Amino acid sequence: MNAPLMVDRLLPELDRTHLDWLEEEAIFILRETVAAFERPALLFSGGKDSCVVLRLAEKAFKNKGVEARYAGRLPFPLLHVDTGHNFPEVIEFRDRRVAEMGERLVVGHLEDSIRRGTVRLSNPLESRNGHQTVALLEAIEEHRFDALIGGARRDEEKARAKERIFSHRDGFGQWQPKEQRPELWTLFNARIRPGEHMRAFPISNWTELDVWLYIARENIPLPSLYFAHERQVIRRKGLLVPLTEVTPALPGETVEAVQVRFRTVGDMTCTCPVESPAVNAVEIVAETLQVTVSERGATRMDDRTSDASMERRKKEGYF
Amino acid sequence: MSSFASAAAPRQRGSTRVTDHRALRFLTAGSVDDGKSTLIGRLLFDSRAILADQIDTLEKRAAGVPRADGQPRFDLSLLTDGLEAEREQGITIDVAYRYFATRQRKFIIADAPGHEQYTRNMVTAAAGSDAAVVLVDITKLDTLAAPVKLLAQTRRHALLARLLRVPSIVFAINKLDAVDDPGHAYEAVRAALLEFAAHADIEVAGVIPVSALRGDNVTQPLDAPWYSGPSLLQLLERLPTTQERTAGDLLIPVQYVARDQGLSGAGAGEQPRIVWGRIAHGRVKAGDEVQLFPSRHMARVAEVRVAGERVAFAEAGQSTGLALDRHLDVSRGDWIATPGTVHETNRFAATLAWLDTEPAVVGRKYTVRHGNRWVQARIAAIDSRLDVHTLASIDAHELRVNEIGHVIMETQQPLPVEAYETNRVGGSLIIVDPASNRTSGALLVKAVDQVGAQDACGAG
Repeated sequence: MNAPLMVDRLLPELDRTHLDWLEEEAIFILRETVAAFERPALLFSGGKDSCVVLRLAEKAFKNKGVEARYAGRLPFPLLHVDTGHNFPEVIEFRDRRVAEMGERLVVGHLEDSIRRGTVRLSNPLESRNGHQTVALLEAIEEHRFDALIGGARRDEEKARAKERIFSHRDGFGQWQPKEQRPELWTLFNARIRPGEHMRAFPISNWTELDVWLYIARENIPLPSLYFAHERQVIRRKGLLVPLTEVTPALPGETVEAVQVRFRTVGDMTCTCPVESPAVNAVEIVAETLQVTVSERGATRMDDRTSDASMERRKKEGYF
Repeated sequence: MSSFASAAAPRQRGSTRVTDHRALRFLTAGSVDDGKSTLIGRLLFDSRAILADQIDTLEKRAAGVPRADGQPRFDLSLLTDGLEAEREQGITIDVAYRYFATRQRKFIIADAPGHEQYTRNMVTAAAGSDAAVVLVDITKLDTLAAPVKLLAQTRRHALLARLLRVPSIVFAINKLDAVDDPGHAYEAVRAALLEFAAHADIEVAGVIPVSALRGDNVTQPLDAPWYSGPSLLQLLERLPTTQERTAGDLLIPVQYVARDQGLSGAGAGEQPRIVWGRIAHGRVKAGDEVQLFPSRHMARVAEVRVAGERVAFAEAGQSTGLALDRHLDVSRGDWIATPGTVHETNRFAATLAWLDTEPAVVGRKYTVRHGNRWVQARIAAIDSRLDVHTLASIDAHELRVNEIGHVIMETQQPLPVEAYETNRVGGSLIIVDPASNRTSGALLVKAVDQVGAQDACGAG
């Protein structure tokens, strides 16, 4: 085999400086959020972007103590919306990380919203991604959060290219594209009325590659799903659909074992892995440098409906 | 806007930074059919920032439209038309951010629509940019006239970039593929641009001929007898990024004050507080004497931190945490400075870009943000409005959306404002309408002592 890829070889001065710059900007935004809001929360799904934001929060609010561990507690809880269709590895990772770090975790359960009747599924196996919004808004209301820190990036999708760093949501949690506030310099306008809230996106200016480079450089722990493993999948419409209890094989389809990794981890009904032998962040960086399929395109079944579907969901309060 | 470049400095003490490795933030200004979207699409496409599935979607949408060999089989401009609302209208209605990289540099494009009614988008995009690329559609000009008459929008875009002090202004003359004698046409337009720039006191970083449609001279240099300069991308790769000065007096707006949790468990009652802020200008190290504003208390810096770690010093552009040698009342919105260097005033002259559909009202109470402080303020007077095509002052007493004027501001508390010319942090403010919470205006402070500035020491 080839010699193991070293992170230093993948990080020329250009990337190193750029990561420092992105880190500085993200930390600035995190401190701004904590300073400007009374009850912020950090959205933590166990996904790689939220893992990066979590590390940035440690750098913003904790001190690096002995053994390079960050001591202290974040000035906000972590919030996760559990669709009930999450990969078990991700939930296990989430709980382990929260325990290790000694942080507070608030979980909003979509199942609770279904029980309350605020979410009605048209069929039990339907994708729950769109419905997360309801559970999220209910959690915001219950805990009176006034700012949610998220790991969304402008390079992910066209509707997000115009997203602000501080994105205003009205009393219904809705995003109004035409009502967005201009953001000049770093003079953010985070003023809201009671009942409204703000979304804060510290890694807006990061690309997928930046995220992986940072994960490699900082040794950020991720759920095992992100790295190559063998999994039962079904080939469907150019995607690899993982075989789970909510995504069974259809009549006539074959199930095969393939070496795969996930590039995003979301609801099991709409998140697909890609074939890959990359077993760590450095190998993923090497792969990302050659990739020709964007993150959401390869892995999200629900975004395929139409290329404007993200904008519609955003208007409804989705991320 | 402050730069982040020095973020690496304390961790790499001893090394000298010779190359500018920071990402270049540049804005693109042009009108709907100038080919701006095509140019950006071309930069992304040729630098391979476009991924296969996006191309797939676009090819599907463009099915049936014939294209030349070797060219993308879709309209490049579709890459950047983001929202449904504007796809329907066929125009871009907001600032969109795009990312691409070459081996030499990372780039962030702030894509600002060039419509007259969208001056606010251009102001927003220009506020944080290191460079502006102003697109000139050569097919709209009479290149046989002597001298060539430039379009009003070209002048407006360049003047706005100049007003916001975007450090480098580049003209990209587009659609050279569509004129008969490109060499002559380019020279004629170039001469007109340079003459206009000289009059307007605009320093031109380059006048680059391109064909965004064909890809000529966008990433690869043009092979033509009449042009020997760089391609647009080659020029962008070597433009400087904005760096606020690191020498001289220190100024830090206090962003956030934190209890030091790292020392918890020591059993001591009083824990040192860390005062965080991004340095506007200057440099700070342990032992420095500093003064706090508005309290005017003096203190000495006991410790300097960056991102949770102790460092020897920090400088302009970096967010730093200071532990002070005594317990003082410090909060968000305060300023930390070299003693005796700050002059506060509650009345100053400024250029105001109005962004709200409700016109600016003289005498009305607004809220302004300067640094990290929010104070009440009012527009004491509107002196004049700027003709955005010429930057000439027109007598005016009101400002409407997308208009820019010269105003006198009065604030309820004195602020340590600086001229925007000398520092973007000390010299910029936003105006917020307290009724709607909308960001209604952007203020650029003019020379502070120009109009009735009073040192707050005397103003009591």
